[in-house]
Amino acid sequence: MNSAALALESIDCTFGSREDASQRYTALRGATLRVAKGEFVSVVGPTGCGKSTLLNVAAGLLSPSAGSVAVFGEPLSGINSRAGYMFQAEALMPWRNTLDNVIAGLEFRGIGREEAQARGRDWLKRVGLAGFDKRFPHQLSGGMRKRVALAQMLILNPQILLMDEPFSALDIQTRQLMENELLELWGADRKSVVFITHDLEEAISLSDRVVVLSAGPESHAIGDYTIDLPRPRDVAEIRLDPRFIEIHTRIWHAMKEEVLKGYERQQRQ
Amino acid sequence: MSGSKDSRGWKARVRLKFWQGFLLGLLFVLWYVLTSPTLLPPIYFAEPNQAAFFFGEPLKVAERLWRWFASGEIYVHLWVTLVETLLAFLIGTVLGVIFGLWLALAPAASALLDPYIKAVNAMPRVILAPIFFVWFGLDIASKVALGVTLVFFIVFFNVYQGVKEVSPVVLANARMLGASPRQLLRYVYVPSAMSWVFASLHNSVGLAFVGAVVGEYLGSARGVGYLIHQAEGFFDMNTVVAGIVLLTAFALLLDWAVGVLERRLMVWQPRAVETERT
Repeated sequence: MNSAALALESIDCTFGSREDASQRYTALRGATLRVAKGEFVSVVGPTGCGKSTLLNVAAGLLSPSAGSVAVFGEPLSGINSRAGYMFQAEALMPWRNTLDNVIAGLEFRGIGREEAQARGRDWLKRVGLAGFDKRFPHQLSGGMRKRVALAQMLILNPQILLMDEPFSALDIQTRQLMENELLELWGADRKSVVFITHDLEEAISLSDRVVVLSAGPESHAIGDYTIDLPRPRDVAEIRLDPRFIEIHTRIWHAMKEEVLKGYERQQRQ
Repeated sequence: MSGSKDSRGWKARVRLKFWQGFLLGLLFVLWYVLTSPTLLPPIYFAEPNQAAFFFGEPLKVAERLWRWFASGEIYVHLWVTLVETLLAFLIGTVLGVIFGLWLALAPAASALLDPYIKAVNAMPRVILAPIFFVWFGLDIASKVALGVTLVFFIVFFNVYQGVKEVSPVVLANARMLGASPRQLLRYVYVPSAMSWVFASLHNSVGLAFVGAVVGEYLGSARGVGYLIHQAEGFFDMNTVVAGIVLLTAFALLLDWAVGVLERRLMVWQPRAVETERT
């Protein structure tokens, strides 16, 4: 896979204090993830298995202890400028209104304010927030803030989307709406996506491929499943498809043991 | 519906203002009754006008204030004190913001200077006044310097804390969106620290006045602190209290101005929402 949009090869990630070796924690050990151009890949795994760590390595926010990261064949150093990142937590700047948040990336690139605002308004319309330009993040609902974050990322037209449980804080209805919108936006120009989630149903309904990580510490990929469900999909309806249930059962069998391991480890702490 | 809610809120505000004013009036009446030489028999003090000697009398204080403004003799003193206060406030704030940002973003410098900053902050800095007189003379510069040392640390520690508490997610997001270190400073660190700066400004307004007045008190030929000091020399308690009332009023005014500026600049901050009973 030379043409991979993103290739993480045998990544090790060890955190900890230099003074106290017992405080060390190896989140990832030999984790490998490759994402082809235009492919939607979900990474699932039990809590605390280092999913976010893996994504931060791909984003260039974290440099791995060992292993290599390549973006379109070139080794990554520093921030991954070809990737957009959608965070699990609130990442909007609370002191900027909706429009100013969406155009922040354009502003950082030195694009003129008028052009940036025109493009920003267009993106707000595309995520269903036309007319909300002047609101501040605290005046929006959780779902609306996620839409702003989505527009903020997509306005820069990144070739790779890194998404860290972006919809986990939303209620189930809003979440399915957002998932469908994400699929629609993605379907328009097929970027490469790495989507982190702990929700297997979400992973299957969105993705071309689902990668399962083992329970931490020293997580690595233990399963790789191709999802051959037809597109375009409706995330609410596809869950009732017999093929969906078949795939779900298969992956869940592989995951169950790891989930229990992760749960036990948490109980012991 | 919203009209009636508005008027109810307005009524509640008026009622609150009324009771606040009532409390002030009550305090004045109490002060008047307790210090008047003729109204009450001496309870605690042996002489009937000793209470007035120690605490002043409200009517005479008011008269003093009136004569100050009517004759115009207060303006030059008030002007000097206000200039000292505002200069101390502005210089202290600007220096505090700059040093706070710098040290918060330069861990090595921060670690190196940490014990010194703690030492200077722990020092009772009012005793620097005589040294400032030697350095800057008895004019306003020495008072401004004293005020700056008081204001600086409050703002400095708040900005430092504010920068340390910038949300790491917002920061990571800005970096992913392509912000350079300089842009991070301008678009993330500074706005994020602003709410802390404003919190500290309310505290430091009072301290800027302390710097100015204590400086004048210790050595000067003009200013409200000088007037108070002089009046004390003659045991003229009414003038001392009049000076204190005047300073308090202007400190409140400056605090109000900071509040107005805060509301203008911090529109993005969520305010506590109150539900109303219908």
